[in-house]
Amino acid sequence: MSGADIALSRRVAWPLWRRIPWTLIVFLLAAMVPFLGSRYDTFLGTQIAIEALFAVSLNLLLGTTGLVSFGHVAYFGIGAYACGILMKTYDVSFWIAFPAAGLAGALGALIFGFFCVRLSKIYFAMLTLAFSQIVWAICFKWNDVTGGDQGLPDIPYPDLDWLSAIPGFGDSSIGDRFYILTLVLVALSLAVVWKITRSPFGRMLTTIRDNPERAAFIGLNVRAYELAAFVVAGIFAGFAGALFGIFNRGVFADYVFWPKSAEVMIMTILGGMNYFWGPPVGAFALVWLNQEITDYTEYWPFVLGAILLVLLYAFPGGIVGGLVSGFRHLRHQLTARRA
Amino acid sequence: MAASFLFSQFVGGLTTAMFLFLIASGLSLVFGVMRVINFAHGSFYMLGAYLAWQMVRWLHPSAESFWPAALLAASSVALLGVIVERLLLRFLYGREELYQLLFTYALVLILGDAAKFAWGTAQLTVSRPAVLNGSIDILGATVPYYNLFIMLLGLAIALGGWRLLSGSGAGRMVRAASYDREMLDALGANVGGIYTGMFAVSSFLAGLSGALVTPISSIVPGMDVEIIVQAFIVVVIGGLGSFWGTFWGSLIYGLVLSFGILIFPSFSLFSVFALMAVILIVRPWGLLGRPIR
Repeated sequence: MSGADIALSRRVAWPLWRRIPWTLIVFLLAAMVPFLGSRYDTFLGTQIAIEALFAVSLNLLLGTTGLVSFGHVAYFGIGAYACGILMKTYDVSFWIAFPAAGLAGALGALIFGFFCVRLSKIYFAMLTLAFSQIVWAICFKWNDVTGGDQGLPDIPYPDLDWLSAIPGFGDSSIGDRFYILTLVLVALSLAVVWKITRSPFGRMLTTIRDNPERAAFIGLNVRAYELAAFVVAGIFAGFAGALFGIFNRGVFADYVFWPKSAEVMIMTILGGMNYFWGPPVGAFALVWLNQEITDYTEYWPFVLGAILLVLLYAFPGGIVGGLVSGFRHLRHQLTARRA
Repeated sequence: MAASFLFSQFVGGLTTAMFLFLIASGLSLVFGVMRVINFAHGSFYMLGAYLAWQMVRWLHPSAESFWPAALLAASSVALLGVIVERLLLRFLYGREELYQLLFTYALVLILGDAAKFAWGTAQLTVSRPAVLNGSIDILGATVPYYNLFIMLLGLAIALGGWRLLSGSGAGRMVRAASYDREMLDALGANVGGIYTGMFAVSSFLAGLSGALVTPISSIVPGMDVEIIVQAFIVVVIGGLGSFWGTFWGSLIYGLVLSFGILIFPSFSLFSVFALMAVILIVRPWGLLGRPIR
């Protein structure tokens, strides 16, 4: 092998595009939105960030562990109500209410998950659906605490005046400040989830997804691992719910109704559940498409259903999956031509 | 509480139960044979209701056009079911459950909006067929003839379905397909045809129950996602894929709901979902179902 060949193979192993810190660039670009874009862009950005976190938390179950949860909205809802009730009814600071929402999501996931992980496949999906409907029924009917069918309107924004001390934030609107807060919290959460999926614990979850019998055979406590994944997913769903309640200026029982679980699942699959960045891409695509399409027609669910059909039949790997295989194909052809 | 009041509550529960049985039996049959959880079953039910309204208008706005309208609506829904199964669903049988779930959910989205597009969002009503106007007093409870008819129809379909499944050649094929699809296929039976047939029967039942519900409750958007959850509860209680299980599941659901309202007025919704969860925890395959591989 000549020196030139070795240099070439090194370049293939670590190509230029791999050395660029994409994550940082995306984060910095996202942080520029309030300065460069309109107020509406900031509004959409907040929603995308929150939905991205929610979808990533679901994907910890769906893509990483192979658990098809059809009731993930329960933990989102628990987090939203926990944060909303604390901040509105009890006037608690956001910095206590937000972690409390994650804790509430985790607790809900621990209790429900304890029973769910005992079931397989279709029964697992059914039980997660049943639990999420129980949460919905409670939120819908427990007027004294959750506001019942009226919900909890007018949840206050967290106090973000201290942000104005940062140069450039002097005269920013509360919407912009909340966006930056959301962006930072979501980015930190995603970093933690990334670490988790790359840790030995995360690898074990993937082993369980690929072959649960074998995982059990080598001495893994499959149920305990699945429950742990369920709880971690519950924490981050709770965080996402807390942010969404504030963003949406209220928490309503409709959030916890089962079609919302299907929606976040579509988001995850649309982006690509086999990739860490799939769910955020799916969240971006879906929120953006929704906004574009509702300008033309009120029949957004119809369009969503059609997208889902195309996805299921033509691109089961989602957007990221499609891009990756397209990129691989291209590189394959390029190297074939060079050789 | 007066005995007559309790009895009328009981009769109300029975009516709900038999309605749910009409809907859920189709859902359960499709799961039992094809192992597909069909979220779109509620959408077929909704389409049956809208189509029945449409047919009544087209046929003759007289009260007696209800019967042919209901049958036409149910048949149209069955036809739609066949088209969906033949053109789309059959390509997903080998794939994971997740994709089948999402496929049927895509249908929910598309059909829900199609109905909104065709019939708008206003409430629609169909008048009760003249033959069944009026009511009868049983033990002090007033029971409309129409509710009585629904209860008898539910019972008739339960008995007829049971006879067909256990006695006829086609029923044997269906049961064989639910036990071991590969073996049946290897023996030369037309499994694809059985699947299409089952899906048609199931859609017919969904469409028929949608058409029959129109005289007692109005047709509104959103009735699809509401009913499908109830149908899920029923089949889970009785046992996914079990025909008689679905029957008993409907009875339990109907009675728990109608008496639950008396005991915990605001938590009757909670109680039926809790019942579903408890059954899944204790006996995932339901009261009369059998564990699946």
